[in-house]
Amino acid sequence: MAEAKQAPAKAPKLADPMEASIEASTQEMIRRAQRLQIETVFDRAVTMKPCAIGLQGICCKNCAMGPCRLPLPKDGIEGEDTRKGLCGATANTIAARNFARMIAAGAAAHSDHGRSVAETFLAVARKETNDYTIKDPAKLIQIAPYFGVATTVEVDGKTMDRDLDEIALGVAEAAMAEWGKTGSTLAYLKRAPQPLQDKWKEQGVLPRNIDREVVDIMHRTHMGVDQDFKNLMKQGTRCSLADGWGGAMIGTDLQDVMFGSPSPLQSEANLGIMKEDHVNIIVHGHEPLLSEMIVAACQSQEMIDYAKEKGAKGIQLGGICCTANEILQRHGVPPAGNYLQQELAIITGACEAMVVDVQCVFQNLANVAKCFHTKLITTHPMAKMEQENVVHIEFDEHYAMQDAKRIVKLAIDNFENRGADIMIPRHKMKQIAGFGVESIRYHLGGSFRGDYYTLNDNIINGRIRGIAGVVGCNNARTKHNEEHITIIKELIKNDVIVLTTGCSAITAGIHGLLTPESAAVHCGPGLAEVCETVGIPPVLHLGSCVDNSRILLAATEVVKAGGLGNDICDLPAAGSAPEWMSEKAIAIGQYFVASGVYTVFGYHMPVDGAPVFRDHLYKDMEKIYGGKWDCEPDPIKHAHKMIAHIDKKRKELGIDKARERVLMDMADRQALGMD
Amino acid sequence: MSRLVAFAAIQGGYKVVSQVEGELERALKSYDASTKIGFGNTAYYLPVIYSLTGMKCETLEDLKKPLEFARGLLPPHLKGANHLPYLGPLLDAGMAGIFAYEIKEAIRILNQPDYYTFTEDPDVDAGKIWVGPADDTILRKRGVEFVDGSAPGFAAIVGAAPDAETAKMIIEDYQKKSLYIFCAANHNGKTAIEQCLEAGMQIGWNTRIVPFGPDISAAVFALGFANRAAMAFGGVQPGDYRKMLMYNKNRIFAFVNALGDVGTEWAVAAAGAVNWGFPTLADTDIPEILPTGICTYEHVVANVPHNEICQKSVEVRGLKINVTEIDIPCAFGPAFEGERVRGGDLFGQMGGGKTQCTELVKMAEMSEIEDGKVNVVGKDIGDMKEGETLPLGIYVQIAGREFQPDFEPIMERQIHHLINYIQGIMHIGQRDISWVRISKAAVEKGFTLKDIGVVLHAKFHQDFQKIVDKVQVTLFTNQDDVDKLTARARAEYKTRDERVDTMTDEDVETFYSCSLCQSFAPSHVCTVSPERTGLCGAYNWMDCKASFEINPTGPNQPVKKGKVLDAKLGRFEGVDEFIKGASKGAIDTYNFYSMVQAPMTTCGCCECIAAMLPSCNGIMTVGRDYAGETPSGMKFTTLAGVMGGGASSPGFVGHSKFNITQGKFILGDGGLLRMVWMPKMLKEELRDRLNKRGEEMGVKNFADLIADETVGITEEEILPWLQEKGHPALSMEALIG
Repeated sequence: MAEAKQAPAKAPKLADPMEASIEASTQEMIRRAQRLQIETVFDRAVTMKPCAIGLQGICCKNCAMGPCRLPLPKDGIEGEDTRKGLCGATANTIAARNFARMIAAGAAAHSDHGRSVAETFLAVARKETNDYTIKDPAKLIQIAPYFGVATTVEVDGKTMDRDLDEIALGVAEAAMAEWGKTGSTLAYLKRAPQPLQDKWKEQGVLPRNIDREVVDIMHRTHMGVDQDFKNLMKQGTRCSLADGWGGAMIGTDLQDVMFGSPSPLQSEANLGIMKEDHVNIIVHGHEPLLSEMIVAACQSQEMIDYAKEKGAKGIQLGGICCTANEILQRHGVPPAGNYLQQELAIITGACEAMVVDVQCVFQNLANVAKCFHTKLITTHPMAKMEQENVVHIEFDEHYAMQDAKRIVKLAIDNFENRGADIMIPRHKMKQIAGFGVESIRYHLGGSFRGDYYTLNDNIINGRIRGIAGVVGCNNARTKHNEEHITIIKELIKNDVIVLTTGCSAITAGIHGLLTPESAAVHCGPGLAEVCETVGIPPVLHLGSCVDNSRILLAATEVVKAGGLGNDICDLPAAGSAPEWMSEKAIAIGQYFVASGVYTVFGYHMPVDGAPVFRDHLYKDMEKIYGGKWDCEPDPIKHAHKMIAHIDKKRKELGIDKARERVLMDMADRQALGMD
Repeated sequence: MSRLVAFAAIQGGYKVVSQVEGELERALKSYDASTKIGFGNTAYYLPVIYSLTGMKCETLEDLKKPLEFARGLLPPHLKGANHLPYLGPLLDAGMAGIFAYEIKEAIRILNQPDYYTFTEDPDVDAGKIWVGPADDTILRKRGVEFVDGSAPGFAAIVGAAPDAETAKMIIEDYQKKSLYIFCAANHNGKTAIEQCLEAGMQIGWNTRIVPFGPDISAAVFALGFANRAAMAFGGVQPGDYRKMLMYNKNRIFAFVNALGDVGTEWAVAAAGAVNWGFPTLADTDIPEILPTGICTYEHVVANVPHNEICQKSVEVRGLKINVTEIDIPCAFGPAFEGERVRGGDLFGQMGGGKTQCTELVKMAEMSEIEDGKVNVVGKDIGDMKEGETLPLGIYVQIAGREFQPDFEPIMERQIHHLINYIQGIMHIGQRDISWVRISKAAVEKGFTLKDIGVVLHAKFHQDFQKIVDKVQVTLFTNQDDVDKLTARARAEYKTRDERVDTMTDEDVETFYSCSLCQSFAPSHVCTVSPERTGLCGAYNWMDCKASFEINPTGPNQPVKKGKVLDAKLGRFEGVDEFIKGASKGAIDTYNFYSMVQAPMTTCGCCECIAAMLPSCNGIMTVGRDYAGETPSGMKFTTLAGVMGGGASSPGFVGHSKFNITQGKFILGDGGLLRMVWMPKMLKEELRDRLNKRGEEMGVKNFADLIADETVGITEEEILPWLQEKGHPALSMEALIG
C-alpha cells in the first residue's frame, strides 16, 4: 500500500488521518489520539510493514525443520518450479496447507460461537435458566424438521401441535449433536438446493460433524500428511461447509429462536451515537448471549435509576463489530463503529466500559484504556488479556442477568471517574437495519403474498441486474471504509442490489447507504424504482458475520422462487469481501465458493506465491462447484468483475435482453402454475 | 413515489377499519348478536373473509373476529424520513380495508335489506339500479365463463368518467373485448352506472355491466365473486389464502380503473386488490408503482387518457384478447349477447310467432358454394318501415374436407349466440322457432340482414378453422322461400333427432372424455357417452366427437369403452384405465349409471345435482337456478360445495338437465322412476320429456307424480304426498343395500 512503500522516517511515523480513512469521525479521532500520544492501529500500520513472504502464503512453520520460505521471484518462474521446503513440500502444498488452516480457524471461530448458542439453548430447553426464553416459536417449528424433530403429534388419530418444550428439547439435543455425531452428515445440508447437494455428494465433501472437519484439517496439515493441494482444498471445502451450512447457520437460527428473528427497524451508526451526559457502554466481539442480557440490563429501570443517581442522564449502549450487529438487528441498539474504530471509541474519553467477548478484539484496547478511565472487561473464559488493567468477569449463561447487571453497574460506578477531556465526534447516520430471510419475504408482498418471486421478477425484467453480497472486515492495510463504500456504490449504481453483513454492514450504515433515501441518490434507475416500490434501502443489512448463513438461505429462497435457474450458481449473483482481514473471512469465502458463488476479495490473497494453487482457487473451483475465488484490490475494477459475472449469468439464463410483455390468453393462463 | 401510495393506503386502512368498528358496535347495540347476516343465496358466507381466512360469518357476532383480524393487519403508520419498508405493510393494510369493506356491506344489507336487488339485472324503471353481491346462481352461470375463457376477465370500474359519453366509450370498449365490467363507488356523487343509463346503455349481468353499488365498499363484491369462482370451479380450499390469491393472479385477469380523485378510501381498496394481482389504472395524476412482482406487470399506472384506458389496462394486466374484427356497422361480442331489444327500442322483427323464422345449416360440396358469399333474397331492412315484420330463413352452407353431416346441428346451434353477439340485435330460440328483433339503434348505425351472413361466415371460419373451408349464407325474406326452407328444415330436424335420440351407449365403441374443467377441478374427468351428456349441459357425445375432430389434442379425447365390467351400473374397463391416468391416480373407477355406487365425479359446473332421499326410497334433483331449500336438507350451492371439485361422492351425482330423461339416467339404481322431487321450474321445463320417458318405463303422466317445493321441502313433507299419488319409487327395491 501507499504508506508501506514510503521510506521509514527517524521519529516514529504517524498515520496521516486523511490517508487512513475516508470517514470523518475516524479521521478526527486519529488526530486526537496522535495529539494525546496514544498509538492506534493506524499508526502501527504505517510503522510496521506486512511480512512479504507471509503475504505470498508460502512460509511453512508446521515443523521445527523450518520455517521454510519459498518466495516466488518477482518475474515468476520459467519452466519447472523447483522450490521445495526441507521435506520437499512444494509451494502449492505449503500455500494450500496454510489456506486450509485459515479455513479451519475461521470455521472453528464461527462454529464455536454456534456451539455456545446451542449450549445456551439446551439450557433453555432443559429449563436450567430463567433469563433466556423462546422468543420466536415459529422459527423453532420451522427448523425442527431439519433436525428430524416432529412438530405435531397424533392424539386419538388426530394430528395436534406438539408441545413446544418437547420440540425445543429435541432440537437442542439434535443441534448439539451436530458438533460430534458419527455415521451421518450435517442436518442442515438438506436446506441447500438439490443440485448443490448432489454436487457436494459427488465431490465427497459432505461434512460429517462440525468439530471433526476442523480436527481433520489440523491433522492433514501436520508435517508430512496431505501433500496434494487439491485434496487439501477438498477438506478445506468440507470444513467451510461445516461452518456455513453447519455451525454458523445453527448459531444464527438458535439465536433467532431465543432472541427473536430480526425485522426492519430504524437506528443510527457511528461514534456520534455516544452521549456526553450518559454512561456509555460499548459491547464488542461476537456472541449475543451476553450482549442480549446487557441490553436488557441497560433498559431496566433499576439500572437507569442507578445511572441517574450517579449523575448521568441515562445509559447509552453501543456496539462494535458483530456484537453490535446482533443487538442492532434485534433491538435497534446503534453500532458505535466497525472493527477499526474499536480503539477510537475509548479515545473519546467518554467510554465508561468496553465489554468484550471473542474474536476481533485488539489487545491494544488495554493499552488505550489505560490512558482513560475506561474499564475494559473481558467476559469469555477463552478470551483473556495479559494487561493488568483488564477486568475479567466471566459470563455464565445460567446467571446471565446477574452477570450483566454486575457489568453495567461497574460501568455506571465508573461514570464519576470520567476525565474532563472528552471528545465525541458529532458524526452519526440514520439507518434501517434488521433484515432477515423471513422479514425480506414479508416485505416482498405482505402477510398474504410475501414471496421471493417479487425479487426474482424484477431481476428477470432487468430492473435489478443481480444480487451481491458485500461482507467482511476492515483492514488497516487498506484505507478504512474506502473499498467497501466504493464497491457498494458502484454496484448499486449498476442496479445490483447489495446484501451486507458484519463490519461491511456497519460501514454501509455509517456512510448512509442503509437509508431508503439513498436509493434515489446512488442507484441506477431500475434498482431505485424497486427500492422505491418496496420502501427498502438498496443495501440490506442481514446481520453479523455468523449471519452470512442468512445470505446462503436467501439465495436458496431466490432459487426456489423460480425463474432464475435451479442452483445458487445459476443466479446472477456475486460475493465480495473488500477489506477482509480475518481467517473467518477465508472460511466464509470458501463456503460461498463451494455453494456456487463467484467471490472476490479485496486487498490481497495469501496465495500469490503458489500460482498453480491460486489457479485452482480462481479457475478450477468454478468447474467443480460453480463458484470460484478472485482477488481485486482496485474497488472499481472489483465491482465490475462482479458485474461482469452477473451479466454472464444473465446471459446464460437468457435474461440479458429486455423482457417482452407477454399477453396471455386462456390457454396461456391455464399453463401457469398456481404456487 | 410508492411511499405516498403506501401512506394513503395505510391511512385509508385505519380510517375504514375504525369506521366499520363503529358501525359494527352500533349494529350490535341495535340487534341481537345472533342476528343472521349474509349476502343472500350463497354457500360462501362473506366470501372474501371465508376464502382467505376460513372464517364463516353467519351472525353479527361472527363479524367481530374478522374485524379484529383486520385491525391486527394494520401496520404502523409510515414515517417521513428513513421509513421502514412499506410494500408488505401496504398490502396488509389493503387487505384489512377489504375485510372491513366486506363487513361494512354485510351490515348495510342487515340495515337496509332492500338496498340491493340481488338480481341479475337491476330494476331501472323502479329506480333500483344497484344489484349488490351476486348470488350463487349468478356465480355458477357466469363463473363458468371465467373458467372456460369466454369472459377473459373483468374491469372493476370505480368512480365515474367526466361525462356520460366518455363512460360509454370506455365501458363499451370493454364490452367489445368481452370483459365483465364491475362497477362500484362514486366520484363526487356521480357513478359510472348512472352515466351508462344516461347514455342509454343496458346494465346488468346480461350485458356484463354489473352495477354492484354506489360506494367503494361495494368493490368488495368483485373480489368476492372472483374468490367464489376459485372455490366453486378451481377447487381452492377456504383458508388457503396463498393459493386463492395466486389463482386469481394467474387465472382471473382483472384490473381496476379508478375514474376520479383517488382518496385514502380508494387507495386502500386498490392496495387490497394488488394482493389479488389486480393492478389499478387511474385517469388522475397519482403516484405510479411500475415495477412488477405482486401483479404480473405494473401495479399502479396513472394519468391514463380515457381513450387509451382500455387498451392500456389490458396490456398492464397482460391480457390477450382475441377481438374479432367483423366488418359490420355494429359492435360485436359476447357482452352484447344478453342485451335486450325492448318494445320501445324495436325497429322490426322476424319470427317469434308473428312470422316464420327458420335456421338451417347444411353441408355442401366444395365446388357447390362460394366462400364468403352472402345473399339476401327478398326485402332487407332498408325496405322495412318501423314496426314491420318479415319472415326469415337463414340458410348456411358449409363445405370442408373434414366437415361431416354430424357437425351440422352443432354449427346450427352457434347461430343463436352469434347473432346475439351483434349489438342491438336480439335472437331468441332456434331451428324453426327462431325470433330476431332488430333495434332502432342498430338500424341507425346501418345494420342490414346481410350483416347476419357476414357474422356467421366470419365466426364459423374463426371458431371452426379445422373443419370449415367455405361458408355461404343465404337469407330469405320472401314467404315462399321461407316456407320451402322451413319444410326442408323440419324434415332435417326429424332425421337428426331420431339419429341422436335413438343412439345408445351400446351403439358406439368410443366415448369421449371432457377435461375442459380439469384445470379447475384437478381430479375431475367427465366421460361423455351418447346416453350421458356432459354434466354441464353444454356437451353431448356428438359435440365431443366434433370437438375432437376439430382439435385432436384438445380437451375431448376418445376413450375406448373396452370390456364391459358391469352392464347394469355402467362400468367399462377402457374408461377406468383412462380416468386413472387422466385424474393422475386420484380416481380409479366410476359408474356411468349409478349415483349410489362409485358415481361419476363432479366439477363445479354441473347443471343439476341429484341426491338420495332414503326415506322416500328415491332421489331428488335440483338445478343450479333454484335457490331454495330441498328435501336433501341442502340448497344447490351447499350440495355443489359438498360434492363438487372433482370428488366421487356416493349418494350424489352431478348431471345435465337433458340427462334426466335420457335412457340410462341412474338406470343402475332404478332409473328415472326413482325421481320423487324436483323444483317446479325444472319439472315444468322437462314436463313433456318426463312424461314421454315415464311412459316408456311404464308410468303415465310421470311428471305429476314428482313432488316439488309447493308440496314440501323435507322428506317428511313430501312422503305422504308421494304415497297418496302412488309414486312408483315407493314400491321399488330398497335404494340402499
